[in-house]
Amino acid sequence: MPVLIYAENTGGKFKKSTFEAISYAKAIADQLNTNLVAISIGDVKADVLALAGKYGADKILNVSNDRLKHFANQAYASVIAEAAKKEQAEIVVLSNSFSGRGLAPRIAVKLQAGMADGAVALPETSGGKFTVKKTAFSGKAFATVELTSANKVISLTPNSYKVVEQPGVGQIEEMAAELRDSDFKAVVKEIVQSADKVSLPDAEIVVSGGRGLKGPENWGMIEELADLLGAATACSKPVSDAGWRPHSEHVGQTGIAVSPNLYIAVGISGAIQHLAGVSSSKVIVVINKDPEAPFFKVADYGIVGDAFEVVPKLISAIKEYKASA
Amino acid sequence: MKILVCISNVPDTTTKITFTDNNTQFNTVGVQFILNPYDEIALARAIELTEGGKGTVTVINVGEVSTEATIRKALAIGADDAIRINAKPHDAWFVAYQVAQYVKENPFDLILTGRESIDYNGSKVAGMLGELLDIPSVSIIKKLDIDSDKGTVEREIEGGKEILIIPFPFVAGAAEGVAEPKIPNMRGIMSARTKPLKVIEPAEVKTLSEILSYETPAPRGQVKLIPAEDSGKLVGLLHSEARVI
Repeated sequence: MPVLIYAENTGGKFKKSTFEAISYAKAIADQLNTNLVAISIGDVKADVLALAGKYGADKILNVSNDRLKHFANQAYASVIAEAAKKEQAEIVVLSNSFSGRGLAPRIAVKLQAGMADGAVALPETSGGKFTVKKTAFSGKAFATVELTSANKVISLTPNSYKVVEQPGVGQIEEMAAELRDSDFKAVVKEIVQSADKVSLPDAEIVVSGGRGLKGPENWGMIEELADLLGAATACSKPVSDAGWRPHSEHVGQTGIAVSPNLYIAVGISGAIQHLAGVSSSKVIVVINKDPEAPFFKVADYGIVGDAFEVVPKLISAIKEYKASA
Repeated sequence: MKILVCISNVPDTTTKITFTDNNTQFNTVGVQFILNPYDEIALARAIELTEGGKGTVTVINVGEVSTEATIRKALAIGADDAIRINAKPHDAWFVAYQVAQYVKENPFDLILTGRESIDYNGSKVAGMLGELLDIPSVSIIKKLDIDSDKGTVEREIEGGKEILIIPFPFVAGAAEGVAEPKIPNMRGIMSARTKPLKVIEPAEVKTLSEILSYETPAPRGQVKLIPAEDSGKLVGLLHSEARVI
């Protein structure tokens, strides 16, 4: 019985978080000595679909129905559950993306499956138990969850599993989906894309600013630093509460939890609620003029100094580094 | 207009998380429990949308008697009545199943949850409820407006936002931006004591997951401090030592 991975596309392309989820699902399939089937829904070209094979899918189901061109939560969930039944897949893997969070619980109910959300490691399958480690308490802890049902749904936290290329080539198969009108009650009126911005949840580098920056007019250097590093910008709760930055940038316990390779915190003292949202970052850099700021206790690198002096120095050092590279 | 808001009882955001019994139980000693912050946002919006006699707001919680302080808080903020399903909230599936059973008998136009609870962070109840009731669900919304028979919601997507129009009934998980949390006033606190809080027993359902153990993140090594005047050196360290750029 194969493992099924939902290969989410964004505007017809697979993002890194999709490749991570495919690589993760491939490793599960290897653990269980079985095949990996990917399902893609929407308008995705053959050369893009083939990439799912490059990361380990043995078969790629392509569902390209006109009514499914754009993401439709209920209908997509129905199609993925239908594919799981057809392929007799007991394990369905998704990325814990914005869309994945909408789909996974619906698929879990359809398949009567136990669900592990926000997985951060491969399942353990020894001793007759199937357990998955996931984040809990908003990043302050991890929980090991046993899925006791025959069917299982796992959503993978972005940036928590490495992309691994595989030698095989996936076979693309068209899949005709059976659609019900009642799955199309929610109608998309408008989509607004913020141009060229790196999306925060799957950014590899995040540059984040706090109250120490004194006002929204001082974000220019944060954005410049982020641009140079190909990073997403973020902020602390007081900053979004004050309206200096949009809520969508708020990182922390009641905002977005991120797990980038590099998190650079500028002028953020490090309240426990903020630390919860960033604790799974691989490397943390803290820039703060207060040497007693609690953030330094969880940082890998720290600079005690005025952000308005330190950040411009960093910007010019990165420009030099890039020019020499 | 009848709105149901699903609320959960979670440790305060400042709680230091520790575990007992060989890391199998969350240590609740000395922990202050609160209304989940995202549920507070959902509740605030529900109250705004029904103000001036335009409808009613019911809150529902799956929990043991200890959660009643949090339920009373929701009533003090402005919910009209409350339901407590008398059971330990085993997992999201169990909670969604219980709420769905109640809603099947007592229909609502709109069901709101928080985008996630800040203890288990599953973001699952909204979607599971939607599926159990066979109605639309939106997992993370940033804005919510309604008219007589439908809602308009703004959902976050990778690198942007999507605006959806959804006929009632539907389920949505509220995030920051939907409303500002409301602080109960004295009149609210007084009236909360006499507002109806109905306790019902749970329906039987097979559970699908079990938490076996917990752990806290591995502590980081000592911070490496770089003098402010040498800030530029950080770039070299991030490249050659940390290997992240």
